[in-house]
Amino acid sequence: MITLGIDIGSTTSKCVLLEDGNRIAATALVSAGIGTGGAEEAYRRVLTAAGVDEGAVARKMATGYGRKRWPAADGELSELTAHALGCHYLLPGVRTVIDIGGQDAKVISLDGQGRMSGFVMNDKCAAGTGRFLEVMAGILKVEVGELAAMAARARAPAPVSSTCTVFAESEVISQLANGAAREDVVAGICRSVAARVGALARRAGVREPVCMSGGVAANDGVRRALEEVLGVPVTTFPQAQLAGALGAALWAWQTAEHKEMT
Amino acid sequence: MAEEVKQVRKPPDPNSAKYKLGQIAAKAYTDVIEAKARGEKIGWVSSNFPVEIPETLGIPVCYPENQAAAIAARGGGERLCQEAEGDGYSNDICAYARISLAYAKLGSAPEQDMPLPDFVLCCSNICDCMIKWYENLSRELNIPLIMLDIPFNPDYEVSDAEVAYVKGQFLAAIRQMEELTGKKWTEEKFQEVMKNSCRTSRAWLEATSCAKYTPSPFNGFDLLNHMAVMVTARGKAEAADAMETLLKEYQENHETGKSTFRGEEKYRIMFEGIACWPWLRVTSTGLKSRGINMVTTIYADAFGFIYDDFDGMIRAYCKVPNAINLELARDKRVKLCKANSVEGLLVHVNRSCKLWSGFMNEMSRQIGAECDIPVVSFDGDQADPRNFSEAQYDTRVQGLMEIMEARKGGEGA
Repeated sequence: MITLGIDIGSTTSKCVLLEDGNRIAATALVSAGIGTGGAEEAYRRVLTAAGVDEGAVARKMATGYGRKRWPAADGELSELTAHALGCHYLLPGVRTVIDIGGQDAKVISLDGQGRMSGFVMNDKCAAGTGRFLEVMAGILKVEVGELAAMAARARAPAPVSSTCTVFAESEVISQLANGAAREDVVAGICRSVAARVGALARRAGVREPVCMSGGVAANDGVRRALEEVLGVPVTTFPQAQLAGALGAALWAWQTAEHKEMT
Repeated sequence: MAEEVKQVRKPPDPNSAKYKLGQIAAKAYTDVIEAKARGEKIGWVSSNFPVEIPETLGIPVCYPENQAAAIAARGGGERLCQEAEGDGYSNDICAYARISLAYAKLGSAPEQDMPLPDFVLCCSNICDCMIKWYENLSRELNIPLIMLDIPFNPDYEVSDAEVAYVKGQFLAAIRQMEELTGKKWTEEKFQEVMKNSCRTSRAWLEATSCAKYTPSPFNGFDLLNHMAVMVTARGKAEAADAMETLLKEYQENHETGKSTFRGEEKYRIMFEGIACWPWLRVTSTGLKSRGINMVTTIYADAFGFIYDDFDGMIRAYCKVPNAINLELARDKRVKLCKANSVEGLLVHVNRSCKLWSGFMNEMSRQIGAECDIPVVSFDGDQADPRNFSEAQYDTRVQGLMEIMEARKGGEGA
């Protein structure tokens, strides 16, 4: 049985095609999220990559902020459950998932069976999210993807506030104006995200193993800063950004199975 | 061409609790407007001020908190908040305060008018922001302020010393109000008001306890609306009558398998904190569309004042939810959760209320652990619409529902 999960986020659309609930047949990631043609593009790409027709997909589930606006979906689930499922598949036994996406940060607790047992999310402010990193990369005139490598070259990370994106922006400009090395500023930015998300994680309760998902998981500077803040190893995987879509595909498979049984 | 079908709204049944409660809530304003027009002195009063005092004295009063909620629910919150911010009030302070201070300056708001006061009555058993809000009202309008100090209670019980401290103030406030208005306190009238207040409270507590039935005979959002009468009119005979009607309706609903909650009640939650008035429909629909009934709230307990005499009344006001310690506040909520078979707790982190929301992280953690239920919070505000995100709310509520469903062993679990 082929099932599909699509995660329509604030800045990207991700799609995963799953075979029999245990083999990833194809994936797609499009840098266009809710309110764009990104979801359709990701859907089209994943079908093409797997060489399957739309009719061959038994069940399609949507997640992410755009989950209710994708007409092809057979159902939808929150990105919380989706990331819990996706990460449990990628790292069986994981008990804490830290998902930092474009506009929000979530810390999800899982029970021993891989079910979500609780979660804590960021408040209305975008500090500590992918958007925060985008704004900072914009000030530094670098790509978001370059931040991790720059942070790794830092000698003395510069302090950057974690309370507000706008305040942090002016702090970064001040640091640069005072001659701070760009690498040190980038390391400070990564620490700022980790401090913010680390506080959320402590509220949720950190249980090992801990993993990161979402787009920011690709930023090793943030991941390492989180390890420092939490004092535990934080793992990730190449498909981290696809974890939500994968979880949705798994949910599609599980609910299709459930339907067949009933 | 198809004939246009107009939905005719059924006229409200004048014997229904909804009608009676609506009339009382509306009368709370019209009575005061009429009194002001007659030349009587009228007051503004904070919600946890002992309503029995002005009621016994026959002094017309109205409630800025209720007015602010009404203004916010009807779309005027942002406009008045910005008006106050333009006068220098920080957007970090309570939105009720900002709306009220702006209204005091403007003197009118199409969403909900009420006459400007000749004096203000405030009690410190809500929060410190309330004190400054009323001090400013008094200063800006150049009118007397009668302030009662009921300290935050770190203990489980109310001590005799606290009763004595508060009693002196209650008596002084009565004298001040007599001097201001020329009206006189009589023991007979107090006995009548006390009797009404206790009757209203008993019916309210019993009606809200009907949520113990599964399914609940009512939608918990009803309580947030009916609360207005508990705040403003519990000392009146008509309020007691309306609440007893409400209780009867809920009991009948239970017996006949009906409920004011439309649709199947799949999940039962406690809603912590005050309503997000500017987003009432969104927050209500987000729950209802998923079969989630908010069966209880601390307001089910908060305005049930039962006592036998003047000292008993003082003890009741020393134990209002805002003035008690975390442990007692927690235990009251745990009791509600257990009595009403609550499966999840949804916490409104109200940006307006630093006191309530400040200790809610820890309190809700303890409630979740004690009741073994998931706890989810969302950011919002009781009256400033800018502090709420619909998409964030929706994701959190869906997450809560998915946890509750998984715990029931439901689809995909």
